Amino acid sequence: MLSVNSVEASYEDSQALFGMSFDVGTSEFVTLLGRNGMGKTTTIRSIMGILPVSSGKIFFEEKEITNLSSFRIAQAGIGLVPEGRQIFPNLTVRENLIATAVRPSGLKRAWTIDRIIELFPALRERLNNMGGQLSGGEQQMLAIGRALMTNPRLLILDEATEGLAPKVRSEIWSCLKTLRQEAQAILVIDKNLETLLEIADRHYIVEKGSVVWSGTSTQLRENKQLQKKYLGV
Amino acid sequence: MRLKKNVQEIGVSCLFILFAIIPILAPAIGEAFYVDVFARIMIWSIAAVGLNLVLGYGGMISFGHAAYIGLGGYTIAIFSFHEINNGFIQWPVALLISGLAALLFGALSLRTRGVYFIMITLAFAQMVYFLGVSADKYGSNDGLNIWNRSEFKIYGLDFSIDDNLTFYYLTFTILILIVFLVRRLVNSRFGMAIQGTRSNESRLEMLGVPTYVYKLTAFVISGVICGLAGILQANFERFVSPDMMDWPRSGELMFMVIMGGMGTLMGPVLGATAFLVLSEVLSSLTVHWHLIFGPLLIILVLYARGGLGGIIDRGQKDG
Repeated sequence: MLSVNSVEASYEDSQALFGMSFDVGTSEFVTLLGRNGMGKTTTIRSIMGILPVSSGKIFFEEKEITNLSSFRIAQAGIGLVPEGRQIFPNLTVRENLIATAVRPSGLKRAWTIDRIIELFPALRERLNNMGGQLSGGEQQMLAIGRALMTNPRLLILDEATEGLAPKVRSEIWSCLKTLRQEAQAILVIDKNLETLLEIADRHYIVEKGSVVWSGTSTQLRENKQLQKKYLGV
Repeated sequence: MRLKKNVQEIGVSCLFILFAIIPILAPAIGEAFYVDVFARIMIWSIAAVGLNLVLGYGGMISFGHAAYIGLGGYTIAIFSFHEINNGFIQWPVALLISGLAALLFGALSLRTRGVYFIMITLAFAQMVYFLGVSADKYGSNDGLNIWNRSEFKIYGLDFSIDDNLTFYYLTFTILILIVFLVRRLVNSRFGMAIQGTRSNESRLEMLGVPTYVYKLTAFVISGVICGLAGILQANFERFVSPDMMDWPRSGELMFMVIMGGMGTLMGPVLGATAFLVLSEVLSSLTVHWHLIFGPLLIILVLYARGGLGGIIDRGQKDG
């Protein structure tokens, strides 16, 4: 579904990605793991066309999307829940969900506000509140809901549960489990290794702008040395 | 929230009722000239509602919207100069010219941001202003008289707007239609996306919204609405001059929107009403009325966050 091939990208003179390569299959739940500053968010920025790719190629559903405009990449079927959530504070929760909603023709079970509420019941009472009035957890739910309303075939979450209370975190993970059961392809960046080992199919460990290890949850769980070396666990 | 909305709707209804009864009320109290004042208020309200679409909802600080008012007005005047008074020709062409100018200026301006956007919109407007100044054939600085208002004759029927009362109610109807149109627009998915660009444009892009196209569309609609205000102004005053496109007019229009409350449906109408009534009243008191008017505007901008609409909202919360 998503294939990132030998991607290199820089912030002005400072190179951040050095031949980043990985892929996400249809209906797969994949994670990018690694310590801070290793290039995970930079990789997402390159996929989404925010940071120009200087070399290498990115394909989504066999179509090249390298350096396309962000909106074209999103229209191709990638939904992003960004780090810091970035909801629209001057719109209500309902408007946040509607503003960017897309319903591709021929889709059997499209995302609707009702389905989002079903997934995050906490948003039901907040539909007419302004985005800026929500708690951090509610904002994250809204950010996920907003991305789902574009009916993406691949959902990317950058720092899915960062800065959230444990109870809210578990709600977010529960939501991701539900999405996984519905065969939604997901790429996640997060530091909560225990939960990710439980939910995800495959993992990539990113170190200094490239993938240094990849494998299944079972392989990573068993490799304590690897966890200690690259993830500081 | 519901209460706030109700109060706003009541306020809006009261204002529109006032507009509707002014032609009866003003002569009854022996101040017939208020009919003209309110016709002018409604024309500026239409322009302010148009500007609010980009300035208030979209966060695009356009300092050149007087150009579209001028283009709409001048198109009518030039047609009239060549003795083409058919409104069915004049009005669509005037709207088309305003729209095309907004498309061209917007397409270039929207590639810039912040202070550069302000400056480039101002530059385009001044370009149009100097075009008017240099048009010797059409009166240059002295302007151009319009001897006949637009004529709407079809199949033997004559919908004349020569009568001031008819013209007043035509303007009133157009204002209601424009407010209704903008309301529909801002509550649509397109309108929500435009409001989203104000807070986080790149986020919208990442969610699949081609923000440039959306903003340009809003800019053109806004330009056309201002063009319509220009058409009405030219017909009302029976006169156009480059002054109507000069940068102070763009500034005044911005003030009306800011004063009334940016990003609110009726804020621009409130702002235009307050601005023009205040200037009318103060100018009748003293010739140095600008010395009072200026500080009043500054106080309002500094202390009435959200404009007059904001004061109403806060009053509701306090209540």
